[in-house]
Amino acid sequence: MNQAWLKPPIFIASLLPLAWYLWGLQADALGANPIEAVTRGLGTWGLNFLLITLTVTPLRKYSGWAWLARLRRMLGLFAFFYVCLHLTTYLWLDQFFDWTAIVKDIWKRPFITVGMTAFALLLPLALTSNNAAIRKLGGRRWQALHRSVYVIAMLAVLHYSWMVKADLAKPLLYAGLLAVLLGLRIGWRVRERNRQRNAIPPAKTRHTIPIGVRR
Amino acid sequence: MRIRHPAAIAASEITPRALFDRRREFLRASAGLALSTLVPQAEARLGPGKPSIYSTSEAPTPLKHVAGYNNFYEFGTDKEDPAQYAHALHTRPWTVSIEGLVQKPKTLGIEELLRLAPLEERIYRLRCVEGWSMVIPWLGFPLATVLKQVEPLGNAKYVELVTAAQEDTMPGVKRHVLDWPYTEGLRLDEAMHPLTLIAVGLYGDVLPNQNGAPLRLVVPWKYGFKSGKSIVKIRFTESEPRTAWMKAAPREYGFYSNVNPEVDHPRWSQATERRIGEFFKRRTLPFNGYGEQVAQLYAGMDLRKQF
Repeated sequence: MNQAWLKPPIFIASLLPLAWYLWGLQADALGANPIEAVTRGLGTWGLNFLLITLTVTPLRKYSGWAWLARLRRMLGLFAFFYVCLHLTTYLWLDQFFDWTAIVKDIWKRPFITVGMTAFALLLPLALTSNNAAIRKLGGRRWQALHRSVYVIAMLAVLHYSWMVKADLAKPLLYAGLLAVLLGLRIGWRVRERNRQRNAIPPAKTRHTIPIGVRR
Repeated sequence: MRIRHPAAIAASEITPRALFDRRREFLRASAGLALSTLVPQAEARLGPGKPSIYSTSEAPTPLKHVAGYNNFYEFGTDKEDPAQYAHALHTRPWTVSIEGLVQKPKTLGIEELLRLAPLEERIYRLRCVEGWSMVIPWLGFPLATVLKQVEPLGNAKYVELVTAAQEDTMPGVKRHVLDWPYTEGLRLDEAMHPLTLIAVGLYGDVLPNQNGAPLRLVVPWKYGFKSGKSIVKIRFTESEPRTAWMKAAPREYGFYSNVNPEVDHPRWSQATERRIGEFFKRRTLPFNGYGEQVAQLYAGMDLRKQF
């Protein structure tokens, strides 16, 4: 089945959050503190897209829709896109490019430190999100590199929860969703390891195992 | 060629100076008239209130922001929650019990409280611990007026303020975000300071519920959370009361919580603030700009340790 036609509408849909904030800014519809609303909103959408990207593989496995894999790169790059915008609002509208203050902030404020670390780790993933990089790195190494997205997502949730004053409900919701997405992967790994352990061993050693012991 | 410039506005169209100078009065009167004819049952306006020497001349933050962007966790932790849910708050009947280390404990009804002193308009800066600020024209009277009613005892050193926790009207009280009821506290000299206000209104009108109706504290040189909303009890104590935020995060919120650009919140800087409605950030002033009036209260104290 070829679902290639789905890509453009999903691309457009992924731009809707940005469109909403741009419209809200010019229509004065973002409340009393529009800059805060935009900064937080863009950060939230960065995190949303990280989680959406991490949902692609489980959804593909359980639904059998192989074509979903083709959306993963685009969704991951949208996560990077919103994270970049989020970072820009911080550098510009919060710090007004006062680099000494920014460096101090990164050093002193754990939630900024964690956010910046997540961004620094996300950057190489965005830069290698193309076929040329996969060819150059080789599939295995590329995949190993891109597994750091699990750590990045955890740092992003930590960044969110350390910013909140008292009500941890929303950060905990994200932590729960992420735990499910990562838990599934741990489950697959364990099952895969068990399968390999129980698989028919190589021919050389086959006869050394007495019949009847296996299984 | 001679070009004639006709006068852009006929002299007869220009508002006389005397009338122009009274334009606010005119607007206020016509607004009042419109209100009284359209909604005869609407509560009477409280204002305008006596002008005060403590008022700032800075431009007040628009009412829609003052009444639309609030931290009142009893109604939810989003800034828009209070405006959405606070209409349900029961504000009548309302009593404030004044007790503890006092000669004459009293329970005063809101009507009695409103008669205690003439209302003043106090245009104060408000600085939130989160890094934003507003300018709000409050209506109220000094807290000292209330405290003098009960004759505090010699060993009374602090006042604790207890605020409403109405389970039937406040959806946030069902969640244990903070230890309800929300409490705050002041040292007695802070509480008696002429800047410390009991507000019953803003912008010349009765306090919107989301701003802490029917009466709230306003301590303009401290972070906003010190100014408890919808007060039901004032208790005089000998030892420093533990406030709701001190219980929630003792490392982050001290008893004094004076606005201080030098002492950061452990998780963010307090050096600057965004005035609501402004694009650029401002430098935060020590004691929120009220240092001249209050700095002597803290003479000899290390404000980094006693934050």
